[in-house]
Amino acid sequence: MRAEQEIDEVSGVATTGHEWDGIKELNNPLPRWWLWVLYACILYAVGYWVAYPAWPGVSGYSAGLLGYSQRQVVATDVAAGKAAQGKFVAAIAGASLEGIRKDPELLRFALAGGRAAFANNCAQCHGRGAEGKPGYPNLNDDDWLWGGKLEDILTTLTVGVHSTSQATRFTQMPRFGLDKALAPAQINDAAEFVLSLSNRATDPDAVKRGKQLFADNCAACHGDAGKGKQDLGAPNLTDDIWLYGASKEAILTSIESGRGGVMPAWGGRLDATTLKQLALYVHELGGGK
Amino acid sequence: MTATDLAVLASPNASREAAPGVARTDVEAVNARPRRNLYEVRKNIYPKLAFGKFRLIKWAVMAVTLGIYYVLPWLRWNRGPGLPSQAFLLDFEHQRLYFGPLEIWPQEFYLITGLLVLSALALFLVTALAGRVWCGYACPQTVWTDLMIAVERFWQGDRNARIKLDATPWNADKVIRKGATHVTWLLVGLATGGAFVFYFRDAPTLAQELWSGTAPYVAWLFLGIFALTTYLLGGIAREQVCTYMCPWPRIQGAMFDADSFLVSYRPHRGEPRGPHKKGEAWDDRGDCVDCNQCVAVCPMGIDIRDGPQLECIQCALCIDACNSVMSKVGRPNLLIAYDTFHKLDAAAKGTPPRTKIVRPRTALYVGSIAVVAGLLLFALWNRSSLDVTVQADRNPLFVRLTDNSIRNGFTVKILNKRQQARRFGIGLDGLPNATLSIAGSDQATGLDIDVAPSTLREVKLYVSVPPAALRQLSGETTAFDVLVTDLGDKTSSRHATSFRRPTP
Repeated sequence: MRAEQEIDEVSGVATTGHEWDGIKELNNPLPRWWLWVLYACILYAVGYWVAYPAWPGVSGYSAGLLGYSQRQVVATDVAAGKAAQGKFVAAIAGASLEGIRKDPELLRFALAGGRAAFANNCAQCHGRGAEGKPGYPNLNDDDWLWGGKLEDILTTLTVGVHSTSQATRFTQMPRFGLDKALAPAQINDAAEFVLSLSNRATDPDAVKRGKQLFADNCAACHGDAGKGKQDLGAPNLTDDIWLYGASKEAILTSIESGRGGVMPAWGGRLDATTLKQLALYVHELGGGK
Repeated sequence: MTATDLAVLASPNASREAAPGVARTDVEAVNARPRRNLYEVRKNIYPKLAFGKFRLIKWAVMAVTLGIYYVLPWLRWNRGPGLPSQAFLLDFEHQRLYFGPLEIWPQEFYLITGLLVLSALALFLVTALAGRVWCGYACPQTVWTDLMIAVERFWQGDRNARIKLDATPWNADKVIRKGATHVTWLLVGLATGGAFVFYFRDAPTLAQELWSGTAPYVAWLFLGIFALTTYLLGGIAREQVCTYMCPWPRIQGAMFDADSFLVSYRPHRGEPRGPHKKGEAWDDRGDCVDCNQCVAVCPMGIDIRDGPQLECIQCALCIDACNSVMSKVGRPNLLIAYDTFHKLDAAAKGTPPRTKIVRPRTALYVGSIAVVAGLLLFALWNRSSLDVTVQADRNPLFVRLTDNSIRNGFTVKILNKRQQARRFGIGLDGLPNATLSIAGSDQATGLDIDVAPSTLREVKLYVSVPPAALRQLSGETTAFDVLVTDLGDKTSSRHATSFRRPTP
């Protein structure tokens, strides 16, 4: 049974019966057109179910008469994006690396493409900011194992180092310790000499002994002054940039057990234009020659 | 007792007997149809044309507001090649808002926010002083509804003619009149939708594109939406918007107080109301002759004599209507007038009326407006035509080079806010013997950066410090300034950043 309804004196309308701190609410009737708008919305909803994907089934869903699919929309957008890029991609494919570098608009596109490709393919080893880690070179600096010119970088990208490619770059840091080519004491002397090249030697006598050892065993690849040879992939031993660590332990390990880092060959995995863009991106990180 | 009961009892035909010997009980079912209105059917309103000061003010405000709305997008402003030549343009596509000489970048959107805050405060002040002036004169809903009613009046005649036309069965005349009204409403809607899209894309260009069918589909979409909503809300829904859809009436009620001037009926003058015969005295009765003209001219269809109510948009047309009648019967004007609750109470009691315009509420609004306006003007005055951001690389923090120098990378964004191309030079201060280079530049351009008009250009700056200079630094971080100099007028701006190196 409904309780006694309170009728507001001023408006003649009943209240809802609730009171909050003395404030009451009138129960005015709803305009009839609201109801018609509600019915129209319901009809619209039903129409929407018919036209668009709406209801899930056990293993599928109602696809709708219009055949609309968000996956298709994305695919279309990606295709449209690629088509819009087509002009630049074609220009890059046809131009030389130096030519692209000189054209500001092409360079901007190439760097953007390179940045995206780097994040997808290279950052896993070389780091998000290309800063590298032990065993994976820092691509920001101007110290290059295989050359820092655009063509050199492109070649390294394409064929890799110690990779599965036929044309791979290949370097041989011998395992002087494991293969018994040098005695432990000799390895120590050689390491001390190497340290002396960057003024970090701890034992002057060992340095003197190591000098001859270096000339006999190391200079062939690393150069007489230890500056490295980029066609052999032999690092510069005179700077403060060390791929496997700057400590004496790390240098001892390199001489003892050898080194042979792997860089994948991207030639078969990424298309030629992407490789060009990557080469430009790496070159423009600040250390390109 | 309901009104029905009273009517039945008052009626001369009321009988106390249903049949001889059978009493007739006066009772009505609680859920009888008249009491059971779950939904309210809309009652048609036929506002009559009023004549008077406030009607003229409303026509003037309509002319000014609609004039501004339709004409503004067509005004031109020459900004040079490559930039739009429309004075008022909200260029979302290129992320700029153009207001004449002012070009607002997205980073400066707070200026628009400030303008909106200022408008809101001005609205609050006006409402505190003079009630629902916005609703009655300036709101787009009111202006367009007024226009649509004028169109209706043009094709179908004034109130009585329209009531008669609605009651007539459909004939050729009615079809033509009603048809013409709706067609005109649709045209007004189209013009309104059209004007709207012109604010977002250059007007002459877009007009040409619309005419030739080459306009972007978004333009058609919004034109259609605004045309349809103008027709529906201004032509069809009208007062239903104000009563049921708009939140503003409910907020406005809290915005005025007992000293705000609201459109009010003066019961101390008007009551008791009743018809007046010629020659009758005016003592012992009120000035209100119950002509109902105030109800007839009201676009909301309400009776202001019922007192202040949510539906009353305070357009003051009832004041004009009543004044006309008062002059006709030889009584003073302003039986309905802009009046305050305090003054009405005072008049009823006979105490002296007090008009209080300056009060804490209004003083606070004026003060806030002054502060916000001051801040806005200050921000506008101090807008520079050059904005620079220097962001140090976080990954890597520093790079060691083969010659043992340390290099830091910085992303420098230069915003050229002028409408001419400018050339900038980059230098630094606070880092002795450092060398600078810009990625991608060669010897020819070196450290010069060209920035197109009204554009942002981003460059990568490399700062290298050789070993000898490194030894002069202390700690891992050294603060220094990047200087960006306009090579044309030699003005420069300074931006603090820091140089990082490995722990020494």
